Amino acid sequence: MTDLTKLTLAEARDGLAKGDYTSVELTEAHLKSMDAHRNLNAYITETPEKAMEMAKASDAKRAKGDAGKMEGLPIAVKDLFCTEGVQTTAASHILEGFKPEYESTVTSNLFGNGAVMLGKANLDEFAMGSSNTSSYYGNVINPWKDKSGKDLVPGGSSGGSAAAVAANMALAATGTDTGGSIRQPASYCGIVGLKPTYGRCSRWGIVAFASSLDQAGPMTKTVRDAAIMLGAMAGHDAKDSTSAPIAVPDFEAALTGDIRGMKIGIPKEYRVDGMPEEISKLWDNGVAMLRDAGAEVVDVTLPHTKYALGTYYIVAPAEASSNLARYDGLRYGQRVMDDGDSLDDMYMKSRAAGFGKEVQRRIMIGTYVLSAGYYDAYYNKALKVRRRIYQDFEGAFGQVDAILTPTAPSAAFAIGENEGDPVKMYLNDVFTVPASLAGLPGISVPTGLSAEGLPLGLQLIGKPFDEETVLRVGGVLESAANFTAKPAGQEG
Amino acid sequence: MSYILEGSTGPWEIVVGLEVHCQVISKSKLFSGASTKFGNEPNSNVSLVDAAMPGMLPVVNAECVRQAVKTGLGLKAKINKESVFARKNYFYADLPQGYQISQFDKPIVGEGTIILDMPDGSTKSVGIERLHLEQDAGKSMHDQDPKYSHIDLNRSGVALMEIVSMPDIRSPEEAGAYLTKLRAIVRYLGTCDGNMNEGSMRCDANVSVRRPGEGFGTRCEIKNVNSIRFVMQAIEIEAKRQIEVIEGGGEIQQETRLYDQRLGETRSMRSKEMAHDYRYFPDPDLLPLVFDDAFISEIEKELPELPDEKKARFMRENGLSAYDAGVLVAEKEKADYYEVVAKGRDGKLAANWVITNLFGALNKAEVGIADSPVTAENLGKLIDLISDDTISGRIAKDVFEIMIETGGDPEKIVEEKGLKQITDTGAIETAIDEVIAANPDKVEEIRAGKDKMLGWFVGQVMKSTGGKANPGMVNKLLRDKILG
Repeated sequence: MTDLTKLTLAEARDGLAKGDYTSVELTEAHLKSMDAHRNLNAYITETPEKAMEMAKASDAKRAKGDAGKMEGLPIAVKDLFCTEGVQTTAASHILEGFKPEYESTVTSNLFGNGAVMLGKANLDEFAMGSSNTSSYYGNVINPWKDKSGKDLVPGGSSGGSAAAVAANMALAATGTDTGGSIRQPASYCGIVGLKPTYGRCSRWGIVAFASSLDQAGPMTKTVRDAAIMLGAMAGHDAKDSTSAPIAVPDFEAALTGDIRGMKIGIPKEYRVDGMPEEISKLWDNGVAMLRDAGAEVVDVTLPHTKYALGTYYIVAPAEASSNLARYDGLRYGQRVMDDGDSLDDMYMKSRAAGFGKEVQRRIMIGTYVLSAGYYDAYYNKALKVRRRIYQDFEGAFGQVDAILTPTAPSAAFAIGENEGDPVKMYLNDVFTVPASLAGLPGISVPTGLSAEGLPLGLQLIGKPFDEETVLRVGGVLESAANFTAKPAGQEG
Repeated sequence: MSYILEGSTGPWEIVVGLEVHCQVISKSKLFSGASTKFGNEPNSNVSLVDAAMPGMLPVVNAECVRQAVKTGLGLKAKINKESVFARKNYFYADLPQGYQISQFDKPIVGEGTIILDMPDGSTKSVGIERLHLEQDAGKSMHDQDPKYSHIDLNRSGVALMEIVSMPDIRSPEEAGAYLTKLRAIVRYLGTCDGNMNEGSMRCDANVSVRRPGEGFGTRCEIKNVNSIRFVMQAIEIEAKRQIEVIEGGGEIQQETRLYDQRLGETRSMRSKEMAHDYRYFPDPDLLPLVFDDAFISEIEKELPELPDEKKARFMRENGLSAYDAGVLVAEKEKADYYEVVAKGRDGKLAANWVITNLFGALNKAEVGIADSPVTAENLGKLIDLISDDTISGRIAKDVFEIMIETGGDPEKIVEEKGLKQITDTGAIETAIDEVIAANPDKVEEIRAGKDKMLGWFVGQVMKSTGGKANPGMVNKLLRDKILG
């Protein structure tokens, strides 16, 4: 029997449909893989019993001729999605032991479509980070190694999800992306990561980081897998006022492989100073692949790009500082209090003990930029720039169907690197943040290897609610790049 | 008449602006489906959103929006077709989200006006600056445990309308009239029950003093006063305190103060330096609240006749004075009662009976109009009995007394007690003859020109008939017999 963990989501779906194997068998294979790779620390909570229960139920459902879009397919769920009766931590100490009485809309949709949950994937605390080193439950190790063989970060914040998929510990995983948290780890781990348009997937039941930016999306082995999974996650939700009341198309049908006559934009502002040669080359290769496939490549300008990172690091912390106010030790999660303490003492002790350094830093930045006397200089100005950034894209999309850029300025770096320099760490998001601020769909597709033998991804950005074009072009890029490299031990 | 406080150094004028929180009448909360029912077990009306569980999102309740627009229309205010919910950030145990969802620079309702009906029958108009929608907080209970405070989240997330006046109020009486009128308007509209003692209407007062004609002074805010009477007292006491400070060479510090009705003083709660920095910003979980003209005109169609219009109609159609009309429309139930009594009858007579007799009796018994023992139908019948000469006005007062006591039907009371007016000429003549026969000297006096004595005879005849004789007939027959 072939190694069931090496299948793509689409292959596994088709194999299940043909009766080649059962969901129980698929699930068992992945649980075994999770055992074998526990050293990567990709999961905060493994749910083998629940997984087997769901797999059995799924097989029974299929036997009755009733199969959903993701029927029987075992996946990892980023531990930012609230899952009923299963500990949900957001990788924070402050939520340790918290078991929601409700299921997030996205996981509910996935489970309704037959998906099986293997466990809750590790992440940066409250999804704040680009390295997955800020998790209270320990950092995640990238399954890929550079030539020196040292441990590398998987990227973040959806680092556990990315590592789980790359190491075949799940057929696919849910991620969330606020400034690049799906795309950047996908690039670092050599997988596909799709951040849908803001409003495509419901945010209900996802622990909030920055409400105007957070968006759930699929992290998968292939572009086709991303199309399948997005279709099972997305949809309007009356419980989320920012969820878009529009129909979910058949994303898989968009994968025609034909991009002839399409216009692809290349924004000159993304060619930043000091861009590593290999990233520059990767990008050029990508341009050549799309041109060879019949697309017309057009230079576009996104003049406010240089302000995007600064804008993001005002807007996101501002919203976070308010969103995280509810973790006060009162109703759930950790409470730290000594006898005779006042309410304020309890707040301070619980939050000081419950939140890690990076989360505290962002709460402080956010509080500062919203405070009286600074609001106009920071937050209000950031909103104005954000509008300009959106208008930049609007202008560009007047000329082109999609925009091609690198996903990240580098390959995965060593654990511990950049730790002392938050601004350098924030630079990892430089190419992903603009699309987040504009609410646009973006996909990272692995297209090459660095000199150190590490995966590198290219990003395609699309028009609002045009994930279909992003997927179609992404599919062409994927075929042309023919990226078959795997981390050591996962070769096919 | 302007209200002036005399200080030791001269006259002072007071300037007051009121911020009133009105709890919106709605089945469910502003951003969740939980019930708003008052008086349920603590923490029984709490949804996941109200408890601020991780990942929960607010969804605005359209009914609350309609109520706010309706109130705005009732205040003759500008309705903003686009408004924005903003977060007001602060930590407190009864605020689970760590922020209150409110409206900041883009409220749902803009400027409007309230016409005050002053006790002397005059009116004054006070500007409304804005009305915005916001969530209520939960309730902290400090008396349940010696060591810990308990929190009840039933109220957490219930919709409030904060209605902010312009600083147009110049006396405690005007503040009282403002609150009375605002309460009447929201009650007429059915958008808030206006019960200050249950906390469904709460008032903060911004008070400052100045020399007449000068610019505004520094204001202090008196928080959460829970009755109209206390608001009036607090304003006067606070104004006097400020005058004393200024005249003593001190300066007023902008601050938040509490009114202690027991001690009759205001006390500093927190200074400007200690004031919260609320870090308002647009709530990213909610889209701007946008609606069209059709939405507004739909609500406009449902507007009931409001106190000002009703007052004008009573004056126009029933010939009532501004004062009487104002008294009647102050509460919708009173106006409704009056309209039943006045229907098909003399409007002024009806107003007299309702205001002087009924309200007088209800006040004395400390009973509200809703619990009046005399129904509007019965009071109407009583007036009919006077109008068709079945009883006299004086007997009517006796019958009314019985109605207040027993709640009885005036026709039956008159029947049972035999109070029908005597209109039988023979019977009255007999009574007159008896009085004349007993007082020949007084008869002579009248004939000698002392007309006034005729009144004495009327009185005697009325007395001998137990008040039942028709006074007009008695008068006429007496004249005929004595002067004839």
